[in-house]
Amino acid sequence: MIRIWTLMVVLTMAGVAAAQEARPLAENPQVEARLKVLAVELRCLVCQNQTLADSNAPLAEDLRREVREMIAKNMSDQDIINFLVERYGDFVLYRPPLRATTTVLWIGPFLLLAVAGTVLIMALRRRQKTLPDVVVSDADHERVVQLLSDGAKHP
Amino acid sequence: MKRFLLPLAIFLVMVGFLAVGLTLNPREVPSPLVGKAAPDFVLPQLHEADKVFSPKELTGKVWLLNFWASWCNGCKEEHPVLMELAKSGVVPIYGADYKDTREEALAWLRRWGNPYQLVAVDEAGRVGINYGVYGVPETYVIDKAGKIRYKQIGPVDQDVLDKKILPLVRELQNQ
Amino acid sequence: MIPEIGHFALILALCVAAVQGTVPIFGAASGNASFMAVAKPAARGQFLLVLIAFCCLGYAFADKDFSVLYVAANANSKLPLHYRLAAIWGAHEGSLLLWTFILTLWMMAVTLFSKHLPDAMRARILGVMGLVSLGFLLFMLTVSNPFERLIPAAPDGRDLNPLLQDPGMVMHPPMLYMGYVGFSVAFAFAIAALLGGNLDAAWARWSRPWTTVAWCFLTVGIALGSGWAYYELGWGGWWFWDPVENASFMPWLAGTALIHSLAVTDKRGGFKVWTVLLAILAFSLSLLGTFLVRSGVLTSVHAFATDPKRGLFILVFLAVVIGGSLLLYAWRAPRVGLGGGFDPVSREAMLLVNNVLLVVAMASVLLGTLYPLFLDALGLGKISVGPPYFDTVFVPLMTPALFLMGIGPLAQWKKASLPDLALRLRWAFGVSVATAVLLPVVLGKWTPLLSLGLLLALWIVTTAVVNIRERLTRLEGAGLVNRLASIPRSYWGMILAHCGIAVFIVGVTMVKGFETEQDVRMNVGDHATIGGYTFQFDGAKDLVGPNYIAARGTFRVTKDGHDVTVMYPEKRRYMVQSQTMTEAAIDSGLLRDLYVSLGEPLEAGAWSVRLYHKPFIDWIWGGCLIMAVGGVLAITDRRYRLAWRREQEVPVAASQPVEASIV
Repeated sequence: MIRIWTLMVVLTMAGVAAAQEARPLAENPQVEARLKVLAVELRCLVCQNQTLADSNAPLAEDLRREVREMIAKNMSDQDIINFLVERYGDFVLYRPPLRATTTVLWIGPFLLLAVAGTVLIMALRRRQKTLPDVVVSDADHERVVQLLSDGAKHP
Repeated sequence: MKRFLLPLAIFLVMVGFLAVGLTLNPREVPSPLVGKAAPDFVLPQLHEADKVFSPKELTGKVWLLNFWASWCNGCKEEHPVLMELAKSGVVPIYGADYKDTREEALAWLRRWGNPYQLVAVDEAGRVGINYGVYGVPETYVIDKAGKIRYKQIGPVDQDVLDKKILPLVRELQNQ
Repeated sequence: MIPEIGHFALILALCVAAVQGTVPIFGAASGNASFMAVAKPAARGQFLLVLIAFCCLGYAFADKDFSVLYVAANANSKLPLHYRLAAIWGAHEGSLLLWTFILTLWMMAVTLFSKHLPDAMRARILGVMGLVSLGFLLFMLTVSNPFERLIPAAPDGRDLNPLLQDPGMVMHPPMLYMGYVGFSVAFAFAIAALLGGNLDAAWARWSRPWTTVAWCFLTVGIALGSGWAYYELGWGGWWFWDPVENASFMPWLAGTALIHSLAVTDKRGGFKVWTVLLAILAFSLSLLGTFLVRSGVLTSVHAFATDPKRGLFILVFLAVVIGGSLLLYAWRAPRVGLGGGFDPVSREAMLLVNNVLLVVAMASVLLGTLYPLFLDALGLGKISVGPPYFDTVFVPLMTPALFLMGIGPLAQWKKASLPDLALRLRWAFGVSVATAVLLPVVLGKWTPLLSLGLLLALWIVTTAVVNIRERLTRLEGAGLVNRLASIPRSYWGMILAHCGIAVFIVGVTMVKGFETEQDVRMNVGDHATIGGYTFQFDGAKDLVGPNYIAARGTFRVTKDGHDVTVMYPEKRRYMVQSQTMTEAAIDSGLLRDLYVSLGEPLEAGAWSVRLYHKPFIDWIWGGCLIMAVGGVLAITDRRYRLAWRREQEVPVAASQPVEASIV
């Protein structure tokens, strides 16, 4: 009887012990959170179109380890990024830094928008001058309807 | 007429770039370390585990640092070229055994031959990271002042050796 | 024998394409009716021949004919039949065959639904398509022959890339290519109109349904690809701004601009020069996408078949087709008239502004995609342009476009009044702003982007409601039902497609704002809670699949003590290519996805596990689907159906599929 009791207690305890809250994989969740923010903007050099956060390549593991250690040493994000850039170049950065060579990349879209906007306004002005008000005439409309409906032959 | 030619002009410029792009390898990442001092390290030696190796010992010499591993296929590919080079004695080759086990590395060298003056063991791959290694084999040409002058990514083949590495080595040796 | 038949069919198709690409165009130029009449039978013949080739390759896969190099490289005797068939487009050669096949399918469609087109126009359209097809057939037969033999035959194949062994692979490429290649019709219409000098409203009306159909396919194709990446790559992401994704997104942006610009050309006769350029642009970007994916000039996670040697062929082809078209454009466009005038504040002007924004956005994607190549080619170093760049650039460009999307449909053609619009939209604006500011606070988290996303989505929906209400009150006649029924379908299609965008924005905003994830170590019996759901790990068992072995985990999910679902993520090892794949388990729902993927086995039956709670993520793809449905609704509009019914009365008309309504 006592043995059964003991067994039951042991089993219950085992049950309690087994059904526990899963532990986070990372030893230090704060470090991991910072790593994640950094790693999604870094490019893995081995499987080149994955971020350092997503990649399972051994080098990515090593680099994550390095970054974790640097975070633990309380280095700033910029220092950590500099560490990687010194070794692998700007290639590791998914957000290209603004330099002379990347000016066109960063300014380009907005410059293009400005140019396109200016051209658009000028074109609209010119258009208004040359074309006060020529609407698609009724005759044109008729012709469209006719073409679409009768299978009329177009020269 | 002129403004209607603009799309064509833009397109032709793009085609020019794409044509050049076809001749480039998008996976190859040039090292920012070329022209800078080779990162210093102290690593245990492969054959004599109780001894260490540091690149400082080679100041005043032109030498090659070759990252390799027994698990790497490209290393086997370049191995005969390195063996030939070692035999010629033009330039000393030092190896860095990257993320490997000592037994397997030694067995690999026994089986295929050892072109290295000396092999350092980079088991954790940290020295590799300092050198910006992202895939073995990678080979660095280091000058008398301890500066990296060239980095070969991927296997060294005869072509690269004859056209790039050896001329550079000779030039550096004569400085 | 069968592969040789396929090969021979391709050679014949090449000959037919050569005829189709020259004789009818020459006939149209010289007014020779019998030359023009060659176009139709040639296009149909070509379709039949490429279909034969396609079936032959399919047969070789079904039959496990490993004496065909392409089959041996992309299939294995243990690969299930449906994946063996999908393996037809699993690599370079077969993808090209699929491309060409779909091109001939579109040609076939043009021959079926072009009875009302003038003979010369039809001859030119089919001629242009024949020339495009000629290029692709030549490419296949010279450097990418899918029927090349392997002698001696391989005892077994190297298997399909495990990433591609997925239902997504069966549907995504055909849909995407239907979209890509579908733009060739609008392109051919544009070139034909430029050649013939009849760039008019009729041309725009003919082009519209074709463009819309292609756009619908492309929308669905991109959505499928994104959904596939979401569950197959195992990182829980749905868009990576990868070069290959961008390659499909750029034609979509250009195509979207084209649809809107065509509407103006059709209704008001304006923007002709611009519309024709967009038609060329949309298809050019499709070709460019093919080049980027196939040539290996850019690295990508998705490009599974690259070969720089072949890149040169496509580049030359690209230069000839696009360069030739743009030259023709530069030569002919100056003679095209301007069309109807309009005020700077009018529906035309707003559509034009939206067009500019879409094209600038497209150009930015192009710039970001090719910039690393530009720098590398100039010897200025290697850089990466990734999601942070595109997000930064894309959001400010699209925000005004989405805002205008609410106003445009309410503005009058020709001349609208801003004060009047402001008056009509004041409620929509007030409701949108108030909700967008308050809702995130209620949900427990406020960020500017969260509010902005919600604002834009709400704005699109509320303005649509205003639009519908105004339309109903304007209509005469009794009864709501009657009035609803009298609104044309194209209008409903537009409203629906716009609301699809809103749904999409809600999905993106909510996922970005509220998704949570956990990386945990789970012993058997452990539980973890995320987003209010508790996951209990019941251990992992070994499993043997047809061509892989796997460990399959069991996770019981509960919420507030109630059972929700049981999830089975897998970690598979594909034997032939010895590649490990993470098969995430996903429980989809209207308001959230639960996403579990197995990491690595740890000691004593424990695993590292990644859990995600992704609110509203299915709205992303749902929104795309709604957009596509809107497009389909638009092309079933009465005026297109009327045209089709009249065609039916023409005695020649044979039995035609539902697609008939598109012209």
